[in-house]
Amino acid sequence: MSTDLDILKDVSTEEYKYGFTTDIEMEIAPVGLNEDIVRYISQKKNEPEWMLEYRLKALRHFLKLEMPTWQNFELPPIDFQAISYYAAPKKQVKLNSLDEVDPELLATFEKLGIPLSEQKLLSGVAVDAVFDSVSVATTFKEKLKEVGVIFCSFSDAVREHPELVQKYLGSVVPYTDNIFSALNAAVVSDGSFVYIPKGVRCPMELSTYFRINAQNTGQFERTLIIADEGSYVSYLEGCTAPMRDENQLHAAVVELIAMENAEIKYSTVQNWYPGDKDGKGGIYNFVTKRGICKGDNSKISWTQVETGSSITWKYPSVILKGDNSTGEFYSVALTKNKQIADTGTKMYHIGKNTRSRIISKGISAGEGQNSYRGLVQIGNSAENARNFTQCDSLLIGDQCGAHTFPYIESKNNSSMIEHEATTSKIGEDQIFYLNQRGIDTEKAVALIVNGYAKEVLNQLPMEFAVEAQKLLAISLEGSVG
Amino acid sequence: MLSIKNLKASVDDKEILKGLDLEVKAGEVHAIMGPNGSGKSTLASVLAGKDNYEVTGGQVTFDGKDLMDMSPEDRARAGLFLAFQYPVEIPGVSNINFLKTAMNEVRAYNNLPPIEAKEFLRMMKEKQKLVEFDSALANRSLNEGFSGGEKKRNEIFQLAMLEPKLSILDETDSGLDIDALRIVSRGVNKLRSGKNAFILITHYQRLLEYIVPDYVHVLYNGQIVKSGTKELALELEEKGYDWLKESAPAASFH
Ligand SMILES: Nc1ncnc2c1ncn2[C@@H]1O[C@H](COP(=O)(O)OP(=O)(O)OP(=O)(O)O)[C@@H](O)[C@H]1O
Ligand SMILES: [Mg+2]
Repeated sequence: MSTDLDILKDVSTEEYKYGFTTDIEMEIAPVGLNEDIVRYISQKKNEPEWMLEYRLKALRHFLKLEMPTWQNFELPPIDFQAISYYAAPKKQVKLNSLDEVDPELLATFEKLGIPLSEQKLLSGVAVDAVFDSVSVATTFKEKLKEVGVIFCSFSDAVREHPELVQKYLGSVVPYTDNIFSALNAAVVSDGSFVYIPKGVRCPMELSTYFRINAQNTGQFERTLIIADEGSYVSYLEGCTAPMRDENQLHAAVVELIAMENAEIKYSTVQNWYPGDKDGKGGIYNFVTKRGICKGDNSKISWTQVETGSSITWKYPSVILKGDNSTGEFYSVALTKNKQIADTGTKMYHIGKNTRSRIISKGISAGEGQNSYRGLVQIGNSAENARNFTQCDSLLIGDQCGAHTFPYIESKNNSSMIEHEATTSKIGEDQIFYLNQRGIDTEKAVALIVNGYAKEVLNQLPMEFAVEAQKLLAISLEGSVG
Repeated sequence: MLSIKNLKASVDDKEILKGLDLEVKAGEVHAIMGPNGSGKSTLASVLAGKDNYEVTGGQVTFDGKDLMDMSPEDRARAGLFLAFQYPVEIPGVSNINFLKTAMNEVRAYNNLPPIEAKEFLRMMKEKQKLVEFDSALANRSLNEGFSGGEKKRNEIFQLAMLEPKLSILDETDSGLDIDALRIVSRGVNKLRSGKNAFILITHYQRLLEYIVPDYVHVLYNGQIVKSGTKELALELEEKGYDWLKESAPAASFH
């Protein structure tokens, strides 16, 4: 009989459930990155001149940049000239009814658990479905319009709400921020746009579902959410991709803007294809997410459950500019096989009495590597700023790794910063205890892991918390015995 | 119900159980006493299927099935319950969720559908009352931050919920205050029936005043060296274990 420890070491991989491909006629840009390609994308999307100019400026900047080297993992070389930057289903008419969407696409999203056809819409959740470089459908648009909420694809917003997009695009994450934000600005594919008017509490959850399907492409979506004074919105994104042997790049930019007394709750359930058990294939998930609490008493909360991607590299951050504003970051990152996650957050305290709370739960199994990297920065003017950071690591087996890089910079003596960190292992005794109550080892591990991540999972909207729990359990299948 | 013949088991090549025999029939309560380190918890662990014990000889049948052939979870599902000497804490896992999961595993094994929420709640209430288990505790995370006595009581609460055929209580009495001991004992007595059986591992004769055993065995150096009725427990309390050394296997005095 092997011991539990042996069982824990015995790492294999469960088939990725969403690894299928959709066979559909696609229009794909030739590989390579240059001004012609950028013009091609802009033209495909029927964009106004200003957007093309923005893209071109970003491209010129991108071409001057080099890859960063501070990350805690070996970054395989990426040949930006070998990627195609635009892929869209050919049959693309402007859709007035969801039932005009290509049935093949509807079937794809259905298979992913995202029903888009009118009869089956998820009640209480509006969905924007993005397939490769384009948004194929946005549900409940009309209903939301009644209360003044704008929820549409980013491409539509560029054409239909240019004043808002021009005002806020790049205002939180400028294209000069980092190499991937420059790349994203140059080749933006699609994404979601949300505007919540003053005093409106968005009546339903908004969500975007991202699907990469085409080979040899990447996804470069842009999400822009503006919550005007006294408004509230809860937004969720999910994502999957087929199993492919080559790595695919996902370089998104998300910008959140919260005005006075506004609150944005942004949740992510990230389940991009993680690669196989030998680390072959999988998505490079290099994402820049940042929000600004612009007005007083505003709040931005990031919750992420990261189970996919071969490399995840992102730090959803909050600029706490308004007085009494609050930033939160709740994260569960699970790595197994040869997956790598280098993730965390940055909290920039600028306003008075600003608060931030960071709860990070890393889970490493197999040969997975998990790094928490966080920055808490307290500026001169941030009187009485408070931060609490809790940073936990859970190890399953003894070939995985957990690392923490907490950085603190304080320029104001009145600030209070607390940091707690723990590292634990799933004990054989815990597993045996559950076995003795009739629960097999795989379920036992799932139960223990979900218990460990509970504080974060509790932050997710109800419907998704259950999904996320299941996802954690599924992701761990085969990691233990 | 349980039949153990010449059971030998070791840990890290050290033999701890050295040919142990025990028969437990439905409706019976057996007490096992014996000095520290004699192998009582080891016996419980081996019966429950803990991995790091290697069974090197003998047979164990449970309800006619070869117990040693079954996985730990299947033993539990088949109705073997161990109330641990040291129950573990599992942070963040709610007691209720855990119990429901456990219960449904047992039910699935017996080809029963998952328990209905209403029925589960009714049972929770009933059993909480039976062992006077505070509902605040029942709603907390599994043993997280529980006091020693509270953990023990939770074991008995679980026992009451899962209604196993054979329950092994490993020193459940140690760490319980006098009132708790009485409550737990009363609970166990109410759960006793002609269909189930109990093995009580204990150091104290006091427990056996509350839960009167049909048999008392002395485990010494990996073997049962003496069996008797509840009077044996009184004798042990008086004389200790030294007088039994003669009956222990010669090997132990090398
Ligand atoms: N994992 C282990 N590694 C090494 N020795 C062990 C291990 N588990 C048990 N033992 C040894 O086996 C012997 C029997 O231990 P066991 O826990 O069964 O005793 P016990 O009768 O339950 O004692 P107590 O009354 O103190 O609870 C002890 O000498 C103990 O040190
Ligand atoms: Mg013991």
